[in-house]
Amino acid sequence: MTALLEVSDLVRKYEVRRGTWPFGKGATLHAVDGVSFQLDAGRTLGLVGESGCGKTTTAKLVLGLVPMTSGSVRIAGEALPAPGSMEWRAMRRRMQMVYQDPLGALDRRLSVGRQVMEPLAIHGIGMASGRRDKALATMDAVGLASHHFDRFPHELSGGQRQRIVLARALILDPQLLVCDEPISALDVSIQAQVVNLLLDLQQRLGLAYLFISHDLRMVRQVSHDVAVMYLGRIVEQGDPGRLFAAPAHPYTRALVSAIPVAKRGRRRRLVLAGEPPNPVDRPAGCAFHPRCPFAIERCRVETPALRELSDGRRAACHLAEELPKSLAA
Amino acid sequence: MAETLVALKGLTVDFDTGKRVVRALHGIDLDVAKGEALGLVGESGCGKSVTWLAALGLLAKSARIGGEVLLAGRNLVGAPMAELERVRGRRIAMIFQDPSSSLNPVHRIGRQLGESLALHRGLDGAAAQAEARRLLDRVHIADAARRLGDYPHELSGGMNQRVMIAMALAGQPDLLVADEPTTALDATIQAQILELLGELRRDSGMALVLISHDLGVVAENTDRVCVMYAGRIVEDAPIDTIFGAPTHPYTQGLLAALPELDGPRRPLVPIAGMVPEPANLPPGCSFAPRCERAIADCGRSTPVAAELAHGHRVACIRASEARA
Repeated sequence: MTALLEVSDLVRKYEVRRGTWPFGKGATLHAVDGVSFQLDAGRTLGLVGESGCGKTTTAKLVLGLVPMTSGSVRIAGEALPAPGSMEWRAMRRRMQMVYQDPLGALDRRLSVGRQVMEPLAIHGIGMASGRRDKALATMDAVGLASHHFDRFPHELSGGQRQRIVLARALILDPQLLVCDEPISALDVSIQAQVVNLLLDLQQRLGLAYLFISHDLRMVRQVSHDVAVMYLGRIVEQGDPGRLFAAPAHPYTRALVSAIPVAKRGRRRRLVLAGEPPNPVDRPAGCAFHPRCPFAIERCRVETPALRELSDGRRAACHLAEELPKSLAA
Repeated sequence: MAETLVALKGLTVDFDTGKRVVRALHGIDLDVAKGEALGLVGESGCGKSVTWLAALGLLAKSARIGGEVLLAGRNLVGAPMAELERVRGRRIAMIFQDPSSSLNPVHRIGRQLGESLALHRGLDGAAAQAEARRLLDRVHIADAARRLGDYPHELSGGMNQRVMIAMALAGQPDLLVADEPTTALDATIQAQILELLGELRRDSGMALVLISHDLGVVAENTDRVCVMYAGRIVEDAPIDTIFGAPTHPYTQGLLAALPELDGPRRPLVPIAGMVPEPANLPPGCSFAPRCERAIADCGRSTPVAAELAHGHRVACIRASEARA
């Protein structure tokens, strides 16, 4: 079976200038540096990592919203058409994006109903009356009532606004939703409502999600497969249960151990020294070695490839099999 | 029980919007003991930040503050500006969510630290520079001497938050109020900052009020938690009780809505509905319309916080049943 989304060796570079113009030297920033993954219909791939690791750029590359430097994106076996072309527009019907801040993603001066119907007009689907019915049905599917149709975004709560954004994405019956931090702007009690809605929609409509978040707990809750990114590369990928219970890559370990847990019983924590380096100054060898408590000489020289471990997951670490089991470093 | 450092008694805040007066805080009773680490949790708009902004007289003029804020027997509400200025930074310091907007972008770090040292400790010149360097060392900023000459934009978010903590420490306060200090930071940097706050507290014996929307952050760094909802404290309990035997339906709901990182995946149980607007609170218990256990009496009068066990207060008329 062909995967719904197949991404291979995706690269996005930016030419930047170090120092103040007109001085300084040109340099290359590798925002995304050789990312590959597959996503099947009806499944969820969680993409986690800290700010600047390339999660959002990866998402935009997948949809063609940012042109790629090299690599390939295939949707159900077909290569992604050139962004802006007619074929690309037709393809975009099947792949929609949901952003973090619903108020920023909505037009404040258009009523909820107008905004939910707009994608139908853009893609020239149906007649005006049919569009209204379709919009009402989609709004109902995401838990919005018909009296919301003539309201404006500022009259609704954050959770309801995110539902509008979802309805607007779903009205085209897409196969893939790229969700970039879809719940980060919402309050805890509302986050659970939206996550449950996403899971329910997936079950009913067979949607695939590329789910980007920095909240590991939510990612575990929704994902079938998780990829951890650091400085533009995937450093570990696998089943969320195993990946979070026993991380193989030291960076995943640090991420997992940095999550405060509500349950009492304070664990030994692997607190990393320093901060993620600037992607322009990507360290030689393994990009993580300056912050890694386990780094050896080889890590400074040789970049580890993402390789399969005995339990089926993939990790990019020379020492993946040899690291001590306990978190204490 | 340790000696009380700050006591809030019936603290209320009303905002005058020009059209009408909206009550944001409905009588907060809260004691902070010397050296204690207290967590304040709740969703946006529940009044957790407003409580401490009001206590320190930092709200705009449109806010009317009632009740008492007692620090060493003196009431700060309505106190003259000169007295408040001796308290702010010196006795009670506060740090905020976004460090880069709390720092002045056009002054070097060293100058900004020197300013608080001059204000609170009367230091200047070489003595202030030496102390500023010591403070940066204290918050584990490497190469402190050179960093004093940096501007905030030259430092990362985590480093700027360390600078803010160093500035807060400049006055050697008895209480540090940290308002979502790590919300804007990445997970691994958040872990560093929280570890630093814990270390500073252990070494200096200052009390800490940690305001957060993240129950996990509070669980790991405080001894006691107050859960706030719609301008009131609904549950106040030792940390083990909050997580082991939460009693208020809202606290229980918050915990059920949180996914876990280990164990089997269970469906999340969201709290139905949404937080009411301060101008439009339901009658009686503000949580009643979202509460699964609400009965007719819940809509009649506002529940008063009652002590269920030593150090465990709950504002719910069905609290004793819930516990049984």
